[in-house]
Amino acid sequence: MMQISMNMGLLLAAILFLLGLIGVLTRRNILFVLMSLEIMLNAAGLAFVVAGAHWMQSDGQVMFIFILAMAAAEVSVGLALILQMHRQHKTVDTNVLNVLRD
Amino acid sequence: MTIIFYIASIIAIIATAMVVTGKNAIHALLYLVVSLLSVSVIFFILGAPFVAALEVIVYAGAIMVLIVFAIMMLNLGKASVKNEKEWFSIKAWIGPGILCLILLTEFIYVVYSAQFVENNMTVIGPQQVGVSLFGSYVLGVELTAMLLMAGIVGAFHIGNERQKEHHRFLQKENEV
Repeated sequence: MMQISMNMGLLLAAILFLLGLIGVLTRRNILFVLMSLEIMLNAAGLAFVVAGAHWMQSDGQVMFIFILAMAAAEVSVGLALILQMHRQHKTVDTNVLNVLRD
Repeated sequence: MTIIFYIASIIAIIATAMVVTGKNAIHALLYLVVSLLSVSVIFFILGAPFVAALEVIVYAGAIMVLIVFAIMMLNLGKASVKNEKEWFSIKAWIGPGILCLILLTEFIYVVYSAQFVENNMTVIGPQQVGVSLFGSYVLGVELTAMLLMAGIVGAFHIGNERQKEHHRFLQKENEV
């Protein structure tokens, strides 16, 4: 029972991470890119907690708390960047951010 | 208890797929909250109640509210007025509502059935996590505090309204 639960937990974390990665790679609205990043971080934390529950140690949960704090810092800076982008380019489309290329 | 894990996993995958493929930002955000709640249920089943509570409070509470504020401040133009009319339509909330209802049913079942976790699984409570956090991982806690401080200062600095950088004679050719 336990073994199934660990394998399935890691499989679920992999699926969620993959969905987030697809979102990051395919979406052009930068808000959706940020949300997909949140999904990926959450999936990584899920993998940590599943592994920690399997070995009955609290280290996995500690790592999840670190990931949580990192996600909070990341989303605050990211939203500030999005606001600044919307102020300067009047859009949230990542396709317009090609000033360096031209 | 295993079947609850599978139901919550399926809800998480469905909600995440709806986030990735969604068109409307607010609707995608609703589905993202449902996804985080289902992951929280999974944490609870795995014997990590402290982290489950943190997931609801910090992820589904604080971070999602931050994104909602950002979407409100962006105010994405013409489409927002049309979305305002669709806001109360049944199509907007029926999907997250059904998924949340299933999660609520699971939660009630888990609370009222005395068996919280699998028999051969141990619950790792907040006390054990706290001892580990401030024992062997205290350096990580300090580094996280510095990271959060840098995040706050960086968000404040980036989010500031920029002053005009160009002279007014040069302003015209710099307008893009």
